[in-house]
Amino acid sequence: MISYDIVIVGGGPAGLAAAISARKAGVDKILILERDKELGGILNQCIHNGFGLHTFKEELTGPEYAQRFITQVLDEKIEYKLHTMVMDISSDRIVTAMSREDGMYQIKAGAVILAMGCRERPRGALNIPGYRPAGIFSAGTAQRLVNMEGYMPGREVVILGSGDIGLIMARRMTLEGAKVKVVAELMPYSGGLKRNIVQCLDDFGIPLKLSHTVVDIEGKEHLSAVTIAEVDKNMKPIPGTEERYTCDTLLLSCGLIPENELSRNAGVEMSPVTSGPVVNESLETNIPGVFACGNVLHVHDLVDYVSEEATRAGANAAKFVKGEMAENSDKVIDIVATDGARYTVPSTINVERMDDLLTVRFRVGAVYKNSYVSVYFDDERVMHNKKRIMAPGEMEQVILQKEKLKEKSGLKKITIRIEAEDAN
Amino acid sequence: MYDVIVIGAGVTGCAVARELSRYKANVCVLEKCEDVCEGTSKANSAIVHAGFDAAQGSLMAKLNVRGNEMMDKLCEDLDIPFKRNGSMVVCIHKEALEGLKDLYDRGVANGVKDMKILSREEALEMEPNLSDNVQGALYAPTGGIICPFKLTIAMAENANMNGVEFRFNTKVEDITKNDDGTWKIRTNNGEYLTRYIVNAAGVYADKIHNMVSEKKAHIIERRGDYCLLDKEAGTHVTHTIFPQPTKLGKGVLVSPTVHGNLIVGPTAVDIEDKEGTNTTAEGIADLQAKANDHVKNLPLRKVITSFAGLRAHLEQHDFVIEEVADAPCFIDCLGIESPGLSSSPAIGEMVGNMLKEKMNLENKDNWISKRKDILDPSKLSIEERNELIKKNPAYGNIICRCESISEGEILDAIHRPLGARSLDGVKRRTRAGMGRCQAGFCSPRTMEILNRELGLSYEEITKSGGRSNIVLERTKNQKGEQA
Repeated sequence: MISYDIVIVGGGPAGLAAAISARKAGVDKILILERDKELGGILNQCIHNGFGLHTFKEELTGPEYAQRFITQVLDEKIEYKLHTMVMDISSDRIVTAMSREDGMYQIKAGAVILAMGCRERPRGALNIPGYRPAGIFSAGTAQRLVNMEGYMPGREVVILGSGDIGLIMARRMTLEGAKVKVVAELMPYSGGLKRNIVQCLDDFGIPLKLSHTVVDIEGKEHLSAVTIAEVDKNMKPIPGTEERYTCDTLLLSCGLIPENELSRNAGVEMSPVTSGPVVNESLETNIPGVFACGNVLHVHDLVDYVSEEATRAGANAAKFVKGEMAENSDKVIDIVATDGARYTVPSTINVERMDDLLTVRFRVGAVYKNSYVSVYFDDERVMHNKKRIMAPGEMEQVILQKEKLKEKSGLKKITIRIEAEDAN
Repeated sequence: MYDVIVIGAGVTGCAVARELSRYKANVCVLEKCEDVCEGTSKANSAIVHAGFDAAQGSLMAKLNVRGNEMMDKLCEDLDIPFKRNGSMVVCIHKEALEGLKDLYDRGVANGVKDMKILSREEALEMEPNLSDNVQGALYAPTGGIICPFKLTIAMAENANMNGVEFRFNTKVEDITKNDDGTWKIRTNNGEYLTRYIVNAAGVYADKIHNMVSEKKAHIIERRGDYCLLDKEAGTHVTHTIFPQPTKLGKGVLVSPTVHGNLIVGPTAVDIEDKEGTNTTAEGIADLQAKANDHVKNLPLRKVITSFAGLRAHLEQHDFVIEEVADAPCFIDCLGIESPGLSSSPAIGEMVGNMLKEKMNLENKDNWISKRKDILDPSKLSIEERNELIKKNPAYGNIICRCESISEGEILDAIHRPLGARSLDGVKRRTRAGMGRCQAGFCSPRTMEILNRELGLSYEEITKSGGRSNIVLERTKNQKGEQA
């Protein structure tokens, strides 16, 4: 069996950054396995700009952002295999892969970095009633058809869900001459970035209807119309609020789901909130030597944060294979998300193994205005930062200092909660 | 001039076609859609009923039990999956326990073997996720699960291998009798002459029947909504779990599928619309509530798709398989609703025998009874798989990540007899697109293959024939490049 120090599953932004970081940390034998025909992952179909503001202080398109990393991978002579599907990862880090050229083969990996990204929630999972004609796409599938294959699904478009890909596609379809009639969002707030609502909907006069959903789909062979209706607090459609839109295309942007079939089969413990692995401060899963980063871990809002997280995963995997990682003791601090904070990544910390500064990312479950992100060390509040606005579509973070955690010996639990102004 | 024309390429029509392919006869199947298995046959519970439900002495009872018996051999010959997982009718009201005994007695009278009445404890031991209210259950080990697509497709392919012609996108518009007693069938695709007609048109069978007979038939479209759950939920129950039957049918069942998903459904709503396969919010809510009555903790968050099918219901609730009295040489298969899938091999056999006798058909010397299914590489060892990929590298290229379907399987589906021509055609033959992402990932890739292999332009590629085109036109940029 062939062996590598680190095998990285997925050659998208997470896999690329992890590979570069592991190489810089001195790991020799690194292999990236990518199922598509080129490196870059989903960025290749994201031809709009807005990527890289944090990482490179400039606005890049998706392919440009990816290319910055691909160039480094090539410069570092990191090995990668394209057209290669990983079929299985075992709990003892044997990776089974397959391609046309190499057939099916197994690789013994010193460490594995999970970087498989995420997928879109399909129509079927949304229980939208009506017919099942052609003309209904997840927004990302339509994005691929338009941007990579060069085909337009249709001319009259309704979009359900205000996730970022849906918003981006509203603008893209409009620029291609289609009429985007409405974006309906089930929740009372958008699932996407504020800047995308402004730049992709407002600037083109596309209405966003919050607390609305699709209640009927017409068309036996091809989509001919959809009906949307307002929903009440329990997300049930309100009779009498139905509006019918003739259209030939319905795009769905109703959430992304980390793609963890391989992780699950390997025995990786999953978070029911993120649908991604549960990881510690090193972005390591419950299986020693198996790390996770990017959208397979939790769905990110900006690729810059994916790259940053993957850089840490790569560095930690390098430590692991070089035997430089401190033993995982039972002196583990749990991080608990509560009162509006939905989850945290990571969810445990071993102080001995953490960097001097550790970024803890999380999302909120509703829109909060003029509220505080509070951090408690056991029962003591140690951080209380005011945020003008927090929304579920955007990730939040707090940065923990190793020094502070060390000072507080016997610390068992760190709690992150959202508090109103007058709380103390 | 054909000897027999079968109208409809659903499971009934294909079963009849396969039986007729044994004989020296010119047989043709006319189908209005672009593929086999496009109507009721594609949207049902995907199970093989034991046969205890149908009324004693009915044709339905007889053909259900016979079809069930035939299924093992048939599926072996056709190389398709069939599993006798056993079915359970669950009683949740003490006062209704006697009903189980009635069902048991009916089953015995119908010839169903090895049934047993289970106590609450026995039932729970076999199925721990039954409702806490379970009082007892009827257990029928001969109940099974099957893939309705594979069954229909395999019978059609096998018939085609044996010389039966299939004409797709061919809709029957009128049927008239010629002076010499033969039939003339007018379609949107030309005229067909034939000595005999078999009407296997599903929910349209009344319309076809009424073209030739003064004694009018009326089929009621009984719609059933279904939810299909992710494979993660596929072992929530291992038997097919029914509630006690009511007048409207056998109720909402919960069952594993032969591919490892969990299916929940159907509802039963009579509509007057032969194309009314739309699901409704009420229907989905209703079936979810009903399923929860007899199975607990159903993980309904794991639904990957919902769909609706139509049963071709007749007022008398029995199959009508006979030569039409005022239209000699025209054989009806009317009212083929549940358990139509289970009965289909027996329906084929019955119609085949009728025609053999009437037409004095002789057996072919070289009839091929077997057919190989699309190779499933997941059943191979790594070594075997490598051999395969060496011979045909397309088997090393995964197209559908959810179900791990390779390009090799898709090529096989396209190029075999009556091969796939659309995304749904590929999906039903290979399962590419049937997993939890519901074709979001693989559809552009499958389109590329259809484009390359069949010479269909992207604009011509459909979801399932007709006007179900996936894309409309090239983008501005691409148009510019082409100009």
